[in-house]
Amino acid sequence: MGLSDPVGAGASSVEVAGVSPNFITTKLDFLANWARANSLWPMPFGTACCAIEFMATAASRFDISRFGMERMSFSPRQADVLICAGRLPFKLAPIIRRIWDQMPQPKWCISMGACASTGGIFDTYTMVQGIDTIVPVDVYVPGCPPRPEGLMYGIMLLQKKIRGETLADPTLRQEHLVDERGFFLAPEKIDEISEPFGNSVQQTRSA
Amino acid sequence: MTTVGQGAGAPVRQDDRLAALSASFGAAILRHAVTSGDLIVWVERDRAHEVLAWLRDDTGQRYDYLTDITAVEYRDPERPLEVVYQLRSIARGGQLRVKISLDKAQPLRVDSVWDLWKGADWLEREVYDMFGVTFTGHPDLRRILMWDTYAEGYPLRKDFPLRGHFTRAEQTRQALAANPEAHYSLEELSIAEAYDELPEDVKRRLDKGERGFVK
Repeated sequence: MGLSDPVGAGASSVEVAGVSPNFITTKLDFLANWARANSLWPMPFGTACCAIEFMATAASRFDISRFGMERMSFSPRQADVLICAGRLPFKLAPIIRRIWDQMPQPKWCISMGACASTGGIFDTYTMVQGIDTIVPVDVYVPGCPPRPEGLMYGIMLLQKKIRGETLADPTLRQEHLVDERGFFLAPEKIDEISEPFGNSVQQTRSA
Repeated sequence: MTTVGQGAGAPVRQDDRLAALSASFGAAILRHAVTSGDLIVWVERDRAHEVLAWLRDDTGQRYDYLTDITAVEYRDPERPLEVVYQLRSIARGGQLRVKISLDKAQPLRVDSVWDLWKGADWLEREVYDMFGVTFTGHPDLRRILMWDTYAEGYPLRKDFPLRGHFTRAEQTRQALAANPEAHYSLEELSIAEAYDELPEDVKRRLDKGERGFVK
């Protein structure tokens, strides 16, 4: 998971604790993953132009109900996958965090578009520089905004990821809460991935 | 230079308006300019409210609509910050821009025009939020775009760095620690009528808010 590793989890290597995979668990995995991957209920968190493309993806021409995402879940309590479509200002950070905390396991997150993934062109005082500093992200969809095909490709990647999960791995369903210092991601990591780039390189903090 | 009246009244020439303003307020009208056919008058800060009230009420002026309030800070640090009022007379047609220059070495303070145009409420809050100009007499002067606990300053000031004063980590920490409900009244959350039916923990969270609830 790279940079979206939460504080203290330290889980770059997945350790399968307890049960080792055998015939029963792998068949059960297959069944559970098949069911989960093909009935993802998205919680749309649309804040900007990406949400327009998301709506196009949901509408009849592209139609994500073909992937089992028939039902948009506007309550986080009945949702499986949070799709953050658009830029996320700091003012919305506690809100998306609370929505994420309210979603029951199993849950996944798709960061749709350049702004949600990195802050995009908005390297300013208002903007979260990538929602992976707030919530763990499974799939990043690049684009500004991504076309519906792009989002569908991201959804299919997520389905592929889900098919590779195993019930024997307890770390997969772990909740990564905001720690006692108030961080989801270690502060050094936040500063590292938020470093200026592109046009904003000329803008120093003291400018 | 003439402006074409659309309402009942006769078209008013800009020279006439300026003459009328000067006749009524004399030295309080500091200077004026005409750009792109628009008359701009600079008004002394302490008498601005009086001038604006006159512009609204005088039968020859009747600027009954406040289009916008904003502020401008120039790159030249010697140049004063300006608060800009864009007025429009719906009754008569025609526009007028009124500016107040504020010395940046002094506290930035002007009188609120909320008592003249109720629409000034959010406009003045925005200028306060972005530039730190205090509007004396405003009924509810608090931040409107940034959140209430925002501690980095006033973003549209020239001395404000593009990315803010704090590190990204600190900004993220403060954002995650924010309690969004705490800074809105029940009316703003559209749940005032449902207060009695809210769960206890939600009530407690709302009661803790700085603004409290309006029940």
